Amino acid sequence: MTPKKHWYDYLWICTIVYFTLGFFNIMFAWLGLISFFLPLLIAIIGGSKAFCNRYCDRGQFFALLGGRFGLSRKKDMPGWLKSKGFRYGFLIFFFIMFFQMLWNTYLVFAGATLKQAVKLFWTFKVPWHWAYHGDAVVGAWVPQFAFGFYGIMLTSTLIGLIVMVLFKPRSWCVFCPMGTMTQLICKAKNGKKVKAELAEE
Amino acid sequence: MSKKHAVVDIANCVACGCCRKVCPKEAIGIRCGIYAKIDLSRCVGCGKCAKECPASLIRLEVRSA
Repeated sequence: MTPKKHWYDYLWICTIVYFTLGFFNIMFAWLGLISFFLPLLIAIIGGSKAFCNRYCDRGQFFALLGGRFGLSRKKDMPGWLKSKGFRYGFLIFFFIMFFQMLWNTYLVFAGATLKQAVKLFWTFKVPWHWAYHGDAVVGAWVPQFAFGFYGIMLTSTLIGLIVMVLFKPRSWCVFCPMGTMTQLICKAKNGKKVKAELAEE
Repeated sequence: MSKKHAVVDIANCVACGCCRKVCPKEAIGIRCGIYAKIDLSRCVGCGKCAKECPASLIRLEVRSA
């Protein structure tokens, strides 16, 4: 029996649209903030991981490529990759790199020159000048943030694709910083209630 | 009742919800964004969730009488 499809089962399209738009005009990278704030808001206000469970476009994209298109080996991932130490460590690392990107944005705001490149895997500077059309009205920090954010989004998607091929389709979900962060928020919000429930069972 | 049912390692579950999506009996829910909870009365022990779980934290156990 095939489960009934809902509108939110097609959100994987957003991943393709996002990276395509960013390839032609880097300013669209700002849209990625939606998938940054929405999971946090859902976790803080709703106390759930509904974003991961239902609306995550990237998770659906991996499930589609790895599952239906068979691009995954569907093997177990090594223990260390799913350990709490790695998950929390990766979250901290991601946070540091995110703040470094914000710092670079600030430097451009303060007068440094705009770097029209996308940094992949926090190391490789890939030229991306064709996506910038000199349309920064507010200031050069706006496209600088866009280049930085697009780099983070592309890097995490590439890591997700690598683990998708090597392990199971949605292996990225295990150590996704957003997932780890929202689960921590849910634990802080609902942890006591859930512990009490488990003790009763 | 099926012979087997699924069991989740809730201490390590990341609550991604992959298992919930593939369950043909809608027997899985994500409890408060913390872990996957299986409704044993609905679970038929098909093992689809165990195969899907990206962290391989679901196993099948023989149902106790």
